[in-house]
This record gives sequence, C-alpha cells and structure tokens, in this order.
Amino acid sequence: MELSKEKLLEMFKRMVLIRQFETRVKKSFADGDIPGFIHLSVGQEAIAVGSIFNLRDDDYIVSHHRGHGHLIAKGGDINFMMAELYGKKTGYCKGKGGSMHLADFNHYMLGAHGIVGSTVTIATGAGLSAKLRKSNQVTLSFLGDGASNTGRFHEGLNLAAIWDLPIVYIIENNFYAESTHISYSARVKNLSERAVAYGIPGETINSNDVLEIYEKVGKAINRARNGEGPSLIECQTYRHFGHEEGDMETYKKKIDIEIWMKKDPIKIFKERLIKEGILTEVEEERISEEMKNKVEEAVKFAKDSPYPDPEETLEDVYA
Amino acid sequence: MKILTYREAIIEALREEMERDPSIFIMGEDIGEHWQGSVKEFEGLWPQFGSERIRETPISETAILGCAVGAAMTGMRPIANIMFAAFLGVPMDEIFSQLTKMRYMFGGKTKMPVTIMCLSGGGMGAAAQHSVCLEGMLMSIPGLKLVSPSTPYDAKGLLKSAIRDDNPVVFFQNLFLTVSGFKGEVPDGEYTIPLGEAIVKREGDDVTVVAIGSRVHTALSAATRLEKENISVEVIDPRCMVPLDEKTIIDSVKKTGKLVILDEEPKTGSAASEIAAIIAEKAIEYLDAPIKRVCAPNTPVPFSPVLEKYWMPDEEDLITAVKIVI
Repeated sequence: MELSKEKLLEMFKRMVLIRQFETRVKKSFADGDIPGFIHLSVGQEAIAVGSIFNLRDDDYIVSHHRGHGHLIAKGGDINFMMAELYGKKTGYCKGKGGSMHLADFNHYMLGAHGIVGSTVTIATGAGLSAKLRKSNQVTLSFLGDGASNTGRFHEGLNLAAIWDLPIVYIIENNFYAESTHISYSARVKNLSERAVAYGIPGETINSNDVLEIYEKVGKAINRARNGEGPSLIECQTYRHFGHEEGDMETYKKKIDIEIWMKKDPIKIFKERLIKEGILTEVEEERISEEMKNKVEEAVKFAKDSPYPDPEETLEDVYA
Repeated sequence: MKILTYREAIIEALREEMERDPSIFIMGEDIGEHWQGSVKEFEGLWPQFGSERIRETPISETAILGCAVGAAMTGMRPIANIMFAAFLGVPMDEIFSQLTKMRYMFGGKTKMPVTIMCLSGGGMGAAAQHSVCLEGMLMSIPGLKLVSPSTPYDAKGLLKSAIRDDNPVVFFQNLFLTVSGFKGEVPDGEYTIPLGEAIVKREGDDVTVVAIGSRVHTALSAATRLEKENISVEVIDPRCMVPLDEKTIIDSVKKTGKLVILDEEPKTGSAASEIAAIIAEKAIEYLDAPIKRVCAPNTPVPFSPVLEKYWMPDEEDLITAVKIVI
C-alpha cells in the first residue's frame, strides 16, 4: 500500500481535528454550554479516518451515538456540528437532533442514530438502494460491540449476505457497552467470528493503527464495490473517556488503560510519521495548534449563532 | 367502470405505480415466485417485475423496515410488506424511532417515502396474534400517516396516493375484505384519492356514525335497518386516520347533534377514542347527547367463533348504541 505524503498528513490532521473537537466538546459540556448526552470518541479516531479515507465522495456512511469522528472524517463542517451540539439554529439539524443525530446528506452521511443496532439495518437499506440503482456506491455501517449483540445485527447481516450488498460493517469494539464488558456479553473471542454465521468474510484488527485499518477496510470496500458482497471488520479499540460525559468509569481495569494508552492511535501514527521522516515534532505542534484554532472558531460560531424560534418545534414532522 | 375485488384493486394500484416509477420496489416475506403474498395479495407482480423489485425476504421484519428506512433516504420509494398488522410489533422500533423521527431529528434534511402494507382486522378465526387493528396505537406516533380503506375504489386510489407520498404511510389492507372477495366499482382510467379526505357513505339527519375499515359495511347495513324504524343515519368513512378529516365529521355532527363511532379495536386508546376527544374538544356545543364509542372489549382477540363474535363490535352493538343516543 503506497500512500502519498500529502494523504498521510491529511489523515493525521483529520485525526487530530477529531481529538481536538472531542476534547473541546468535553469542556463545553462541563461548562454547561452543551445540553443532553455527550458520547466522545477520543481513542477511536483511527477507525473513523482509516475507514472513511478509502471512500468515494458519494459513498455512504451510517453512524451511531459516538459519531462525531465519523462526520469529521467524511468532511463534515465542524462549525455546523458544534452549533448543533449547542442546540443552535445554524446547526446541522437546526437544533432538532443534537450530538446523537448529526446528519449531512451532502456528504452522504446518513445520520447518527441513537438506538443501538439500528445502523446495521439502515446501512443494509442504503446498500440495497445502491444495488438497485446500480450506482456502485459502497456503504460503511459503523456499530459498537454492544450493537453486535442486538437482533438487528443478525437480520441485517444476513440480508446483506444473501443479496450480496455492497456494505462493510465495522464493529468499533471498545470493549464496553455502557458499563458491560464484552467478555460478559459474548462467548466468541473475536466479534468478527460472527461473520461465519452469514457466510461472509470477517476480520479483527487489534492494533488501533490507522494504516492497518485503511488497508484492510479498503480491501473490503473494493470487494463490495466489485459486487462480491458485504464484509464484517472488527476494530478493537478503547475509548479514553466514559460511555457518556459524567460516567465515573468505575468498571474500567487499570491494566487495560495502560495497554491501550500505549496504543493511542494518534500517538502511534505520529511516531510512525516522524520515524519515516514525513512529520517533525515542530510540524506536529503546528498541526495541533491549527486544529485547535479551527475548533475554537467552531465554538465561537456556535456561541454567536441564534437559537431556533420556539415555533420551529412544529416544523419538519411531515414533508 | 369495472368491477374488481378489493384484493385485485390493490394489486392494480401496485402494478400501475411500479410501471410508472422505477424507484418503487416491494420487500416482504413470501411475496415472490411461489405464494405471491400469503393471501395472494401480490398475485401477478412477481411474474411481471421479477425478483429485483418484488424482493422476497427471510422472516426478518426488523430488517425489512430498517432497509426501507435506508433505501428511502437514498432515493428509493420502498414498500415494506409486514404481512399482518399484528407483526408490526416486531419492527416497532424502526417505525417509532427511525422511520417517523429521522426527518424531524435531522431538521428536515430527508424525506421518508415508505409505504408499509399489512393485513388488518379480525373476523377470520385467526386469533390474537393475527387479527388486530392498530390505528389507535399508531395514531399516537407523529410523522406517520394511516390509511384504512373499506372498498376497492378507495383501496386503489388511496394506495396510489400513499406510495406517492413523501412521508411514511401505513396501509391497512383489511384481511376480511381481501379474502372474502369483496367487490366494488373501480374506474377504468387513472385516479388517486388524496390522503385525509373522509367520504360520506350515506346521508342522514338523526345521528352521525363514523366507522373504520370493514366496520363501514357494518354501519351501512345497520343504517338500512334503522331507516325502517325511521331513524336516519349518516355514515362517514374517514378512510385515513392520519391525516384525519375532522371537518367532515364536525359538519355532520353540526347537522345531527349525535355521534357514534364504530371501531374494531379495544376501546382504550382506540381511534374511536381519539375521534371522540376531538369532537368533544371542538364541537361539543353541537352535541345533544353523549358520544358513544362502539368498540371491542379491552381483551385480545379470542379464537373460538363464539368468542370472536362476542368480541367483535357488530351491527347489533351499533344499533343498540344509536338507540341510546337518539
């Protein structure tokens, strides 16, 4: 796999942007500026960027409650994202969706969904639609380890398999469904083993390495685009923060934290890029500062934006 | 005009719409080559349109509805067949948390042109898990439209409108009218019936009877009998519970001053209850008797013919109610 220096740096920048965005959201939430529930994806950036950077602009993604990173990776506008989190009229959903329901159809991002498992069948439908329209679009379905225990996972993967739909299902296995460890809720060692039940390829990636994810998801995407059907890829990862902001994380094991902090995806990608002479410490600091400033601009945009008119509550129920 | 059965009229609507618009396809169980619908409600469509567009699924109601959501957001106009209305309980999350909420929670970014078809209603000895009407329960979900046709003419015209609508619509195909070969006149050419227009089936002066689905025919039969006793009954078929044509009902109540609602659902939370509440709120000054709801008891649908007959709100129940308010 040969990636240009420009593309590698673009991937790195995007991962840093996700981290800066999430870190700033954490602060805004703590400050009381963002209402509702916030699920942060710090630690999981390699999956969003590594997968999505394979896609054509018109390929679909379906995202879940921990989905800020997916939209940023797909090219979403962080001003509109932040404004939506703040509940403002200028937000992606005019303040009607919030953090769990960001959607950007211009970037073929079919929304973030707060019902765990629902992304599986929605993505299956997008894949079916692409097949019926002969559009050659591929759909990425992001789901968590918890979602892989729902009934929808079974029905959706089975349907995609029997119809050879152009979909890659990506399990972001951060080991915890809220507070419940996957070792309690599943008997299989790797969740990708479940692919066998549907007669489709399954693979587990446990490195949290953006380039390994890029390569392996890329192969699955090519397979889907060539009409060979869906794949299941499990990316083991770790969320550095709680399930939601406010979670005291009493269930986390110290040893896991130590192991996975060493596998911080930004840290390992940075070290690799420096080792290969693509990045320097100075450049890395400059990128970090640049992304931080972008996020601060987004916060300013959100703060300066008006709230929706209360009467807008009544709009957008029916087309 | 020609005479078609209720079932044939529905098939004709599907055929015409699928010929007109290539983005329409049907997903469901046993709708393809062999059965073409569990009561042949899709007969002739698979031979014409093939397996791509008459897309037979495994027994996966959740995936059928979930796929319809994903396909509708990406340029298709899916028809999701859930066989029996009672089976809507399986993909209910897809209906009330996805299909009907996505447009709203995404700030109007997407349309959701999905038609859900299902066989609705009892009277067939099919027992509790294959006999329900769900209008009342589904009326409480904002974002959904509900169609409950009682004749071949209405079924065809309303189904075409439902398919063309950019919102999710549940089309309740009455099971009894489908399998009993119920016939009626249908125009030869193209027509549609707008969603949300009630029809006055019979004019009268003494009492307004609003009846839903197969109960419309029960009401018409009761009205004929009551006429012989010099009681003049106006029968209204709302045809759609959402959007509900409140005006036609209110106008009728203004004339008659009395309202009886006949609905094949357990009374609590029924469509009849919602209609009663609307009229009590908006037109109570025109009423000179209490509103009566003639509904099923608050029990599941029983199996034995003796029990199901007792359960089903019928002509006798309606006549008794009308005589109380007169």
